This record gives sequence, C-alpha cells and structure tokens, in this order.
Amino acid sequence: MSALDPADPAIEPPAGFAVQPSRGMRRLWPQKVVEILLPALIFILALVAWEVVVRLRGIPPYILPAPSLIGATLVKDWPILSGSLIVTLWTTVEALLIAVAGSLGLALVFAQSKWIERSFFPFAVVMQVTPVVAIAPLLLIYLDSRTAVLVCAFLVAFFPILSNTALGLASADHNLIELMELYRAPKWRQILLLRLPAALPFFLGGLRIGGGLALIGAIVAEIAAGSAGQGSGLAFRIVEAGFRLNIPRMFAALTLISLTGILIYVAFAMLSYALLYRWHDSARSRGV
Amino acid sequence: MTTVLERSPTGDASDVGRRLVSLRSVSKTFPNGTVALSRLDLDVRAGEFLSLIGPSGCGKSTALRMLAGLTEPSSGEIAWHGTRPEIGFVFQEPTLMPWASVFNNVWLPLRLRGVGKVEARTRIDEALAMVGLSAFAKSYPRELSGGMKMRVSIARALVLRPPLLLMDEPFAALDEITRFKLNNDLIRLAAELGTTVVFVTHSVYESVYLSTRIVVMAARPGRAVAEIGVDAPLERTEDFRSTPVYTETCRRASRALHEAMTDEDQL
Repeated sequence: MSALDPADPAIEPPAGFAVQPSRGMRRLWPQKVVEILLPALIFILALVAWEVVVRLRGIPPYILPAPSLIGATLVKDWPILSGSLIVTLWTTVEALLIAVAGSLGLALVFAQSKWIERSFFPFAVVMQVTPVVAIAPLLLIYLDSRTAVLVCAFLVAFFPILSNTALGLASADHNLIELMELYRAPKWRQILLLRLPAALPFFLGGLRIGGGLALIGAIVAEIAAGSAGQGSGLAFRIVEAGFRLNIPRMFAALTLISLTGILIYVAFAMLSYALLYRWHDSARSRGV
Repeated sequence: MTTVLERSPTGDASDVGRRLVSLRSVSKTFPNGTVALSRLDLDVRAGEFLSLIGPSGCGKSTALRMLAGLTEPSSGEIAWHGTRPEIGFVFQEPTLMPWASVFNNVWLPLRLRGVGKVEARTRIDEALAMVGLSAFAKSYPRELSGGMKMRVSIARALVLRPPLLLMDEPFAALDEITRFKLNNDLIRLAAELGTTVVFVTHSVYESVYLSTRIVVMAARPGRAVAEIGVDAPLERTEDFRSTPVYTETCRRASRALHEAMTDEDQL
C-alpha cells in the first residue's frame, strides 16, 4: 500500500524545517520495492503451490478447485456474481452511511452531558454484545429481507464508530477548552472548532473497524435470509452454490467478498491518512 | 463575585500605576477540601510586570485562573476597576490545536470575536512577526520546536492586543537558552504593547529578571507572604543580570521564598 506510506514521494512533504532529510530518500527506494514485492511474491507462490498440489494429486474441483478454475469461474459467472456484488456492496455502504450519521449524532448528544451518556450507553452496549446472527431471524420476521439485512449491517457498524467518536469528543485538550471559555466562545463553536477536530482520529479509527464489520453484518444477515430462500447478495450466492455443490462458484464468491473487505479497509486507511498526515502522530513516520 | 468600581478605559498608557484589578480577601477551597488560597489580597496595577512566585500548592496558579475568570473564588471578591479588559492567557504547555496551522492557531481569538480570515490576516501577520515566526505561518505545531510552539502560544495571546496578559509558568518546560531568549522577547513585547503582565513562575531568577514587582506566596494554606519591588526600569538586557540591583533583589526574593517554605515545614 504505497499510498499509505509517508515516505512516498508522490505525497508532498509538509513545509517547514522539520521535513525529513532528503538524503534518506534515495536509499529508501530499494527498500520500498522489497516492501511491496516481497508480500506479493509470497502470495503468488502460495497460489502456485495450491495449483500444483491440486493438479498433481488430481483433487476433483467439487472438493478443492484450483486457483485457475476459481479465476475462470469468476469470469464465467460474472453476470450473476457482479449483480450480487453490487447488492452486497450497496447494502454495506448504505448501512455504513446510516451508522456514521447515527453514531456521530448520538456521540454529539452524549458529549452534551455525562448523564445522557450514562443513561443511554447501556442500549448501545446491548446492541453491540448481542451477536447479529442471533437477531437476524427475528428481524427477518419483522422486516422484508432487504431491510433486515441493512439493519443487521447497521447494528454491527454502529457501535465501534459511536464509542470511538464519543471518546474522541471527550478527549479534547482541557486547556484549549479553558481558552475557549476565556474568550467566551459559545458551546457550538467549541464543538465545531475544538471537539470535532479532536475527535477526528478516533472517528476514523471507528470507521475502519465499522467498515469491515458492516460487510460482515451484511454477509451474516444475507446467509440467514438466504437460507430462507430470500435475497441475492454474495452470501446468498455462496449458500445457493453450496446446495448445488458448485464449489468453484463458492470460492469465486468468497474471493469477491475478501476483495470487497480489502477495498473498504484500504479506502478508509487512505482517507485517514489524507486527513491526518499533517498533524496526527498515527499518520506520520517517526523521522528516524 | 465580580464588581465594577469605577468606569474608565483600561490599559491607557496615561494611567500607568492605576489599579486594574484587586483581589480582596479571596479564598478558594476545592471540593476535596484542599485550601488553595486563604484570604489573599492582591492589586494588579496598569503597566506593571507582576510575578507570583512560591512553592507548589501556594495557589499562585489558582489566583491567576481567577483573574482570567476560569475559576470562581469560594469567598472574597475580584474587583475590576473599570470594565474587565480583554485578557490574554498563556498556559504552561503551548496548548495549540494540532490540526490547525500556526496561522489558524493565532487566528482563533479573532475568529471567536467574529473576525474573518481575510480581515484577520494583517493582525495575525503582525502577531507572528512580533514573536519572530513570520516564516512559519503555514507550518503545523508538530513541525515546530518547543520554544517555537510557545512563541505561537504567545502570539495567539497577544493577537487581540489585550491590556492584561496572564502567564502560568509558560517557560518551565523549556531549556535555559530558549527560556532566556523568550524572557528578553517577552520584556520587549510587554514594553512595546504597554501590556500589564501577571506571570507565575517557580524561578526566582526569572521573576527578578522580568518583573517590576514580585509577590512571594506560601503554601498550606496558599497566601501572600512578601512583596518585593524590583527597582529598575523595564528596558532590560542580559547586562541586567550582572547589576547590583539584580543580585540584591535575587538575594531578597530567595530569602523570602526560603522563609515561605520553612514556614511550611514547621506546620
């Protein structure tokens, strides 16, 4: 992930005297190449080993398909799988958007008073600790399957964003808060100018966790819904292919789910870096 | 309780020596029972550089925070002679917003007074020039040294040109070379702007070098035990450190501080 590396020359170094000495840049190049190439090489080697084992031992595709077959299935079944990918991806994004809006709003309400936070936090905890797979059947009775899946994905993404943001809002520098009081700043300006920026790194951390969990929530709910004969997301395709013993398609769908998860993670990591790299320790190299 | 005794413009160069604010028999007891201040009487006069010095727990920071309105006295009163002027405050830490550039950090007080970024530019540039950081307006606090961060903090406190500047051990965490340099800059700025300064410190030498008047405080309970005038004009340079007035005042202040701390031991 070269885009995440502060040493990447594509990202302009911050102005000022504390810029890292440039003499290190040239020597960093071979190291960077190794950093990217080595994991890629190992990954490809693992795939090759898988392929070789399947072919040499003649393992039938209904037990373990070779990577080449999974690739071919991905291409062949793309018309079916792409539709399901869009359904799952869209559910995840939608759930995440609602979770972000809801958790930000609630975190801001919590920030108004310790008592509000104390009173309502247990609800958030209950929502978090109850496994979503256990709630899904109930939701599927109450709601149509699309909405039920959305609610499940929302439920799991909501809490990490909420608790991180609430922590962030409460962690603003006390001296800065006093400074705002000295200048008699109204409370809303304190929130806008001080608490929200202070909460940003925490919020982004919550978002990274919530993003991955939203996908998991969507998949779990789809499986619950899929076994009831509803839905058309990627998890439904896995269940469906399982009934037909279409193992290669199961692997193909699984591959797409993994790629979606990676995509979500990388997108948020990049967002985090873009927003924090100038000021927050988490996004900076130590300059050694 | 805060009262306004007489109405007159504050911070005028014409009324140097006039009382700006008075603490009258001010006490502060914290909810946990600690008596931070006991019946403190203190006048701050326009144009002076007043240092509060004393051991930990003598309530010097509490007194400063009361002047800033950040904490209320449990009893006694804070009386402003005239309307309360604009106040600048410098904390022990630079207390900058890490997500904002130096420029935006200094903008904050103006911003809270409703001054837009474009309008504020000249005043921010001036404030940064005063502390010698014009070239760093676009830098982020992270990219600055400890001394430079403190300069930004001072620029922020001065950007509204407050008649009264309160400083709570601002240089305690800095190395001695940086501290001496900032001491000189502070004296120059206070004189240039005609700012009244109340300065809290642990260091006898720093207080004598900077101040026109020193109030020595003792702990448990926090109170004022001695007052020492520094008989020298505020145009001071490093040479001042080798004058008899400086040496003699340091000796007196040290003795007063020593007595304040001996008192405490006997309690």
